[in-house]
Amino acid sequence: MRYELRFSGAGGQGLITAGIIMAKAASIYEGIQAVQSQSYGPEARGGASKSEVIISDGPIDYPKVTKCDALLAMTQEACDKYSHDLKEGGVLLTDSEFVPRTPEGNFKRVAFPIMRTAKFDVGREIVANIVALGAMVALTGKVSKENAEKAVLASVPEAFLELNKKAFSMGYEKAMEAQK
Amino acid sequence: MSKKVAFLQGNEAAAHGAIYAGCTFFAGYPITPSTEIAEVCSVELPKVGGKFIQMEDEIGAMSAVLGASLAGAKALTATSGPGLSLKQEIIGYGCIAEIPVVIIDIMRGGPSTGMPTGPSQSDIMAAKWGTHGDHPAICLVPASVQEIFDETVRAFNLAEKYRTPVMVMPDEIVGHMRERIVFPEPGEIPVIDRTAPSVPPEKYKPYDTSFGDIPPLAAFGSGYKFHVTGLNKMEDGFPTTKAPIVQAEEERQVRKVEANKADIMKWEEYMVDDAEIVVVAFGSTSRSARFAVNAAREQGIKAGLFRLITFWPFPEERMLEISKKVKAFITPEMNLGQCNGVVRGCIEGNAPVYGIYHVDGEPVNPEEILKKMKEVK
Repeated sequence: MRYELRFSGAGGQGLITAGIIMAKAASIYEGIQAVQSQSYGPEARGGASKSEVIISDGPIDYPKVTKCDALLAMTQEACDKYSHDLKEGGVLLTDSEFVPRTPEGNFKRVAFPIMRTAKFDVGREIVANIVALGAMVALTGKVSKENAEKAVLASVPEAFLELNKKAFSMGYEKAMEAQK
Repeated sequence: MSKKVAFLQGNEAAAHGAIYAGCTFFAGYPITPSTEIAEVCSVELPKVGGKFIQMEDEIGAMSAVLGASLAGAKALTATSGPGLSLKQEIIGYGCIAEIPVVIIDIMRGGPSTGMPTGPSQSDIMAAKWGTHGDHPAICLVPASVQEIFDETVRAFNLAEKYRTPVMVMPDEIVGHMRERIVFPEPGEIPVIDRTAPSVPPEKYKPYDTSFGDIPPLAAFGSGYKFHVTGLNKMEDGFPTTKAPIVQAEEERQVRKVEANKADIMKWEEYMVDDAEIVVVAFGSTSRSARFAVNAAREQGIKAGLFRLITFWPFPEERMLEISKKVKAFITPEMNLGQCNGVVRGCIEGNAPVYGIYHVDGEPVNPEEILKKMKEVK
């Protein structure tokens, strides 16, 4: 089955990295297939940025999202721009402090302060993307927590392993709680 | 021993493919969306005793790879649309002087600066006619990360075998997407080296056709001395305007690719045998097309995909054959009909050729292809 995820936010927030780690978790550690693609503006920082991941147990033809199963939106601009094709029964994860308005539709909404969690609970705002990734892993259930964590640890600089590990579990737990 | 596996970007795979093929020299000028190729080469080439040079501009980079190749190295440059335009004069020099090099062009929106981060497939005709004059053209259009690796190796092999510049042209989507790749073991994919001269230096002529259409190429610095020019030349490499020689040389340069088309052309036919509608596509749009073909078959539409892996030389004869059995062709492409025109040019009006064209930086969505199939059915 084809499963389509989109990680979106502002350029520079690390959403492309989050998408790459999710895809790596699926294709290298989970042993299923994955393709990651991205779209970004000419700006190095700011502007809406998105990273798309297709996960499937069979070969993946079209590498982009057709109907989004799971969307992460870190900013209002990204949510407005990228939520149009969210699937019925899909899931929308937003940062509750930066996305006051979420679209109408029949899908699961999960929101918690992602940036704030990174800054105050983990200790560094820069790992907000990994907090969000942890939450997306929890909400989608397409890769195991263990495999996703392996992919995180294989993708970040050695000096920041603990920080990212903490960010990942914090995001995972917050999403589990928020779902209840 | 299990093979090395990685989750890589297309551009990264291209650089690794080049090194697998024996490339030891990269000269380039960074440009989005091809920059990762230069980045990986700058890190990896020194590890294999190779050299990486960031040149002052695109023209300098193209000239540097020709020079490196004449000194015996397998050489690579990478660029995108605006850089390809700048390189064209020197690409022509490579064609007439018959210098094997590989040029990777990651296609972005154009013309001019266009849309630096947006995908496109609009350089396809520039691969054949970008540099002026009649000349051979080989252009490969991979559609996946693994295929970028494999086709980059093949590009070097073809350049060496036919002594001519070869282009690899993934669109931005293929260049920037990431997939799992399995690295082939050394020797698993054949690696071809240019034919060295069998005569001593004093008897060597760089364009000696007594050895066939592809004369052996000596390396500068190995004791062989010869003249290289962009002017029409004789077998010793010096300029000439003698009509019969110029005519024969020009014809040979084009013939060495045309006569070996069967060896160079590569494509994949997917459900074409009984198809009434055949989609002709390449690069990332071929992935949209395959998705659409599968969806169409589920709905009882007899659709098939003709996926080009070599774009130039184009498989004209096979296209003509297919055109006698189908109701219509569809060409989805990220340009305004460049492939469409080529298909029309080889099917003698046997079937209509419908186009789906995007130049807005958006990929061709499978839905659009499916919709068009229903319209033409």
